[in-house]
Parts: sequence; C-alpha cells; structure tokens
Amino acid sequence: MDTLDIILTIVKVLVIFGGLMLMVAYMTLFERRVVAWIQNRIGPNRVGPNGILQPIADAIKLLTKEDVLPAGANKIIFSLAPTITFIPALLTIAVVPVSSSLTLFGRNITMVISDMNIGILYILAVSSIGVYGIILGGWASNSKYPLLGGIRSTAQMISYEVSMGLALVGLLMIAGTFSMTEIVNQQSSIIKWFVFRQPLGFILFAICALAETNRIPFDLPEAESELVGGYNTEYSSMKFAMFFMAEYAHIIAVSAIITTLYFGGWQGPILPPIIWFLIKVGFFLFAFVWIRGTLPRFRYDQLMRFGWLILLPLALLNILLTGIFMVL
Amino acid sequence: MANFLTTVIKAIPIGLATTFKNIFKKPITLEYPDVKPDLSPRYRGLHYLARYDDGEERCVCCGLCAAACPANCIYMEPYENERGERKAKIYIINEIRCIFCGYCEEACPEEAIFLGREFEFAKYNIPDFIYTKDMLLDNFDKIEKERRVKEGHKFIRKTRFDFRSPTPTMGPDDV
Repeated sequence: MDTLDIILTIVKVLVIFGGLMLMVAYMTLFERRVVAWIQNRIGPNRVGPNGILQPIADAIKLLTKEDVLPAGANKIIFSLAPTITFIPALLTIAVVPVSSSLTLFGRNITMVISDMNIGILYILAVSSIGVYGIILGGWASNSKYPLLGGIRSTAQMISYEVSMGLALVGLLMIAGTFSMTEIVNQQSSIIKWFVFRQPLGFILFAICALAETNRIPFDLPEAESELVGGYNTEYSSMKFAMFFMAEYAHIIAVSAIITTLYFGGWQGPILPPIIWFLIKVGFFLFAFVWIRGTLPRFRYDQLMRFGWLILLPLALLNILLTGIFMVL
Repeated sequence: MANFLTTVIKAIPIGLATTFKNIFKKPITLEYPDVKPDLSPRYRGLHYLARYDDGEERCVCCGLCAAACPANCIYMEPYENERGERKAKIYIINEIRCIFCGYCEEACPEEAIFLGREFEFAKYNIPDFIYTKDMLLDNFDKIEKERRVKEGHKFIRKTRFDFRSPTPTMGPDDV
C-alpha cells in the first residue's frame, strides 16, 4: 500500500461519507414530504423553493437548542450513546460497492471503501453495535420511558438479528462468498438477481431490516403513543438529532445492502452504474417511507411471536429449501 | 397461521396500494395566509353597523340586539339628534365576549347590525377588541367600498323611507 493508495482511500471515504450525510439530511425532507403526500397533505415547502433548504433550517434549529442533561443521568454514557448509535450506521456503508471499478492512470480503482472478503459478516457485526447506543442511551437517561424503550430495543434486536442472519444464509449458500463485490458480480443480468433466486430470503431479510432500523411497523423502542419518545425521550439538541441521523443513516445503509445483495447492486444497462445504484437505493428508501405511511405499529407480544414463531422457522425453511435445490 | 397469511398476502398489499394511490391525489391542505378559505355564504364574522344610502346610520339604539345577545356583549346608550331621531350615543360590542351566534342580526328591526365575513381581526391586546360605534361603522364603510369596487355603485339596501310612513316631524327629507 503506497501513498497514492492511502490518498485514494481517504478520497473515497470523504466522497462516500459526504454523499451519505447529504442523503441523511435530505432523507428527513423526503420522508416528511412523502408521508405528507400519502396523507393528502403538502409537507414542508416553506424554506427555499419546494422546501429544499428545510434540512439546513432543521440543523440550525437543533444546534441552537438547549442541551438538557436529566438529573441523575450518567453523563458520560448519556453523551456517548448517540455516537455509539450513529457510527455503526455509517460504518456499514464501507463494504457496499457503489459502482463498477474504474481504470484511471493505469490503476484499477474499486468503487468501494474496503473490499473485505467477509463483507456480510462485517455488516452483521457492525450493525449489532448500533443497538448498544439505544440501550445505553435509554438506561443512562435515568427515566422510565427511555429505559422501557431501551429494553424493548434489546429484545427486538436479539429476536430479529437471528432471523436476519439466517435469512442471509440461503443467499450465501448460492453465492458461495461473503464478499459484497463478488456478490454483485454474480448478478450480472436481471435473471441472475438474487431476489429471484431467493424470494423468501429477500422478504425475510427486508422484514428484519425494517425491525433492525426501528422503523414502523417495528418502532417499538420509540413508540410515541406508548413511551413518549422511547429511548430518546430525555435527549435534546444535537444529541437528539444524532439519534435521528443514525436512524436515517441506517435506513440508507440497509437500502444499499438490500440493493447490493438482492437487486444486483450497480449492475444495469445503458445508464452509468452509480446512477443505477442510486435509483435502486432510492426505490428502497421510498419503500421504507411508504411502509411507514401505511402500516400501524406491532403490539409487543405480536412482535415477539412474529419474530420467533414465524420469521425464524421460515428462515430455517429457506435454508432447507435452498439446500435441497442446490443438491438437486 | 392462516390469519397471518391472509394478512401478508392480501391485507398488506391492499393497504400499500391505497397509500400509493393517495400520493397522487391533490392535497387538501390550504396554504392559509397565501390562500384564503372559501367561507360559507352564511359565515358570521366581525360585526358592522349599516348605513342608509345617504350615509346616515340605521341603528336607532332600540336595544333589541343587546336583549337578544346570549353573551351580553353589546352595550348602548341612546340620545336624540337634532331632527328628533333616536340614535346611539354609545354602541359597544365586546368581540372577546361575542360568540358570533348572529342573534343580534336576527333581532334587529332596522337591519342595522350585521355579521360580516371578516375573520382576521386578531390583536395583541384585549382592550383592542372593544369595538365602538365608529369602528363598527368603519367596518361597514370598508365592506361597502369593496362592494362598490366589485359590483359598481348600486343600491342594495332600501332607504329608510321604505321602512316607515312619513310623518311631518321626520326631518329634511320630508320637507
């Protein structure tokens, strides 16, 4: 690894980080607009033309808000929790190839920050760290509702991470690799997309992804109608914003992962690969918002029953069926 | 399990389709300060005291509006003008107390008090909501001016002599 490689990696990190942060900022606006449309409202359209400066206004508002520390809260963990949630959400994007590799000045540049050969394991490992932020934030707030939110989040993550991992096993059996780049290369045409070879696996993974990102209908950790704000009840100012940036970063990361694993990543005809990638990711971002605008929240017992009695057996069945088909 | 399957296969796609269709519907939100709402023709807003076409006020301070008012928000004191007519010296409507029921309008035998269509008269101080006779007549003048701009000068209200039989002591118009 020479100097140029290091510079190249830094550039890639900055570009992808910058792009991700921009998407996180505009995801807030996108979600508010789309949910508004679904509910026959207009949504924020006052700040700038069509409301495109709304995220900046929101950021200024949140930065200038008072930063409240609840009495009796554990100061260090309370301050650290939003960061613990936020960083893993950003880290997952590191192994997602956003475009085909490029040859520049006789150098083969891969459009992925780190082409690990254990990419999927890395995603599963890193994404589970994010839960700690929620649990610790809920516990450190020294308040009932955040604590309940944190406990719910723990139970939910444990239940759904199992199914998520198992849902991916079927795909891994066919692909025979953990590398994200390799998986994309295997889906060179639309028939070869893993969504058609692993339909059940895809549905299970998508449901678990919803649960992992704490989105409706799995938003029990923050259930506004039951737990005030859940784990972020006591948070204010930028710490509160950080939790929400983490949630949106998670959504974008999960959309990128679904695109890469099941929908051929950047593969596509005519248009440049990066555009294809963004179109596919955009569709899943829309789907996340769409589902939010449609479904109500699970009841807690339904959530547990659904996770353990339906998703888990189906994930195991998926592995069994995949195995049978592979042997045949 | 069967219940679960019908949910997944039937109910959720129907729900998603419904919300997706609604994305393309016209929003029902009214962007209020820019777009004014369509008021009902019977809308009851800020009061005004009407005038005759010669500019004289219609109110004779009979007190029926005050008697009809369920909120007790009208106060008046009469006097006799130089032509011997009974008119209001003081006529006050407390718009904070008013419930905009429109009973005053119904009670009025002279067609003097009306509830207009003005609803944007929010103010910072409560004393500003005490509307005196002059303010109420001004409301009428404003409405009348707008109407004349829109419809041209034409009489929509009867003159006072359509209402009463002329008597020798009624004033300059009879002479």
